[in-house]
Amino acid sequence: MIKPLTSIDELSKLRAELAARPRPEVEIRVCSTGCRALGALEVCEALEQEIESRDLDRRVRVVRTGCHGLCAGAVAMVIDPPGIFYQGVTPDDVPEIIQSTVLNGEIINRLCWADGDRVIARQEDIPFYKHQTRLVLRNCGVVDPRSLEDCIAHGAYSALPQVLSAMSPEQVISEVLASGLRGRGGAGFPTGRKWQFARAAAGELKYVICNADEGDPGAFMDRALLEGDPHLMIEGMLIGAYAIGSGQGIIYVRAEYPIAIEHTQIALARARQVGLLGTNILGMGFDFDIEIRQGAGAFVCGEETALIASVEGKRGMPRPRPPFPATSGLYGKPTNINNVETWANVPRVIQQGAVTYSEIGTEGSKGTKIFALAGQVRNTGLVEVPMGTTLREIIFDIGGGIPRGRKFKAAQIGGPSGGCVPPRYLDLPIDYDSVEQIGAIMGSGGLIVMDEATCMVDIAQFFTEFVQKESCGKCVPCRVGTKRMLEMLTRITEGEGELADIDRLERLGQMIKQTSLCGLGQTAPNPVLSTIRYFRDEYEAHILEKRCPACACQALLTYRIRADICTGCTACAKVCSVGAISGEPKQPHTIDISTCIKCGVCYQTCKFQAIVVE
Amino acid sequence: MCFSRSRSASVTYQVQECFGYLPPPALKEISQRTNIRLSRVYGVVTFYAQFYTEPRGRHTIRVCRGTACHVKGAGRVLDAACRELGITEGETTPDLMFCLETVACLGTCFLAPVMMIDNQYFGRLTPQRVQSILRDYQTKQ
Repeated sequence: MIKPLTSIDELSKLRAELAARPRPEVEIRVCSTGCRALGALEVCEALEQEIESRDLDRRVRVVRTGCHGLCAGAVAMVIDPPGIFYQGVTPDDVPEIIQSTVLNGEIINRLCWADGDRVIARQEDIPFYKHQTRLVLRNCGVVDPRSLEDCIAHGAYSALPQVLSAMSPEQVISEVLASGLRGRGGAGFPTGRKWQFARAAAGELKYVICNADEGDPGAFMDRALLEGDPHLMIEGMLIGAYAIGSGQGIIYVRAEYPIAIEHTQIALARARQVGLLGTNILGMGFDFDIEIRQGAGAFVCGEETALIASVEGKRGMPRPRPPFPATSGLYGKPTNINNVETWANVPRVIQQGAVTYSEIGTEGSKGTKIFALAGQVRNTGLVEVPMGTTLREIIFDIGGGIPRGRKFKAAQIGGPSGGCVPPRYLDLPIDYDSVEQIGAIMGSGGLIVMDEATCMVDIAQFFTEFVQKESCGKCVPCRVGTKRMLEMLTRITEGEGELADIDRLERLGQMIKQTSLCGLGQTAPNPVLSTIRYFRDEYEAHILEKRCPACACQALLTYRIRADICTGCTACAKVCSVGAISGEPKQPHTIDISTCIKCGVCYQTCKFQAIVVE
Repeated sequence: MCFSRSRSASVTYQVQECFGYLPPPALKEISQRTNIRLSRVYGVVTFYAQFYTEPRGRHTIRVCRGTACHVKGAGRVLDAACRELGITEGETTPDLMFCLETVACLGTCFLAPVMMIDNQYFGRLTPQRVQSILRDYQTKQ
């Protein structure tokens, strides 16, 4: 147990002591957060038992880490040295891993990442990792997030002493300004400017808030950071609080993330215990503490004024700005809100210095961005790349392309506030400004890959339904406008639309953008407008030909059994829950279209591909 | 004043933990003890998806409707669950066994399409697997 640290020297001494500790010969780092869904904890237990029963405790250590990034390979682990990455591990594989790989240094091919016949064992050689720049995620998947000692040994709280001992708050702000760091939560406002406003605001009591209400469907980078390296974000908040002159911090995290909440709570308690939070931190006369608030399931609470209302215990509804939270925020006090990834970037800015930090990225967007890569792509997971990386590099080099030989159709960037990017922009360097120019936004960094089997009208309808449900109802454009848009889109996906609906959608969409109160409404039409812009032909096919080119809109589909292929195995008839399939055994079957509910079960059941969707 | 108000949400949450939901008398009690008008308490409770004013089923099924799940067939997964249980989204089975909900995103996009039953994840679902998982649950009871 570490004694409370009362000076910067004590922290340095502790770090040196921890670094000098005898190390185990081998560390097995198992993702025990995201991979928990597929049994990571059982794998960890099996490993620990195996290690104990072979009396290897001193030589081999199991580290329960956060996310390794390559979520497609869950349960994933790294055996270091020599840095071998295994995926799809089950408890049954454990004895073999210990015997062959840990003790004998042999590689188990079936657990390695593979592309066809090419098997790659070392993590750093896998294309998914090779093309990334893991600056913020550096320790995610490496450290045990529940162990402060482990985090400190890996460099946590190494920027804080520098800030407290050698920099004035103004210097910290100008360093962050010079780094070009912009808010990673969506809009990309320069972080240093935000801090300047909050610092300049009058008042003794100021708040800093970490926005961890990651509500975008398809985004999980904040979750991974909180789960995998919570001390990084806490350090960022400490530095920000010092710069602004705040004594109280709040982390607002959504209740749907139980592991993130647990790890953050542990991290806060440990930091408090050793005096990295509380009064007179490291003996430098700086007081700061952080508490956690749980979000209660409302997407709009990711908007800063709604978030503040929610922390105050009210309905999470936004209010007009100005006044901005920097002058009048939580309980009317000056408040600075940044999202998890932004806070996590702050220690890196200080450690490297603004000049080095700003060497990565583009003219207007500095540093790296974490994307949550999901959808129809081989390597789903968390990806950190320099700003200015192209979509092609992210989706094909890192993501491994589209599975099943299908063609890339669009990438949805920025969640419900973003847009769909067509193939022609695959080589566009992605940063805040370029993404906005093509009708999407960076958003929090959700990146959903869509292939030719995805219907763009259906996607537009999906997002509109989402924002419609999540609209808080305060302002008319968002409350009523999105409802009308949804009705039109639903009509189109059901083959009842008319051509004039496309123009109506565009007009209404522009109006909602211009007149809504908060960011939710102002960006809500983006998915619709961007799909009309790039995929108008699909809208027209639905309206004019009553046909869904991607065969995704249920109302426009029919299932049919091809008599020339059907063997009469009766498998489809057995699984049909409404009895719509009939036929004698060994004779071609037929589907009665009037009773068919288009659930698709028969389609997936048929081993002969005799069922076609039209 | 603002202090007690900001805590009222966590008080409400704890009350819900006890009862499983927030029956009207509980809301009244919260209002009296925190000195916040009942209409305000009700307003907050009905705003957030995590508060319930109706009794809950023994098991909560959360079907993810995130984007990744959507493009991988979450709609069919939800349909299958509705068919199997005979209820629609947001409802509870009459025997109070299952609640069926959808969530915006569970943050486990690599498992898409995914659902959770209580604290357990079920990933890479097909309508058929949903059927068999739910039948297992029903026979286990």
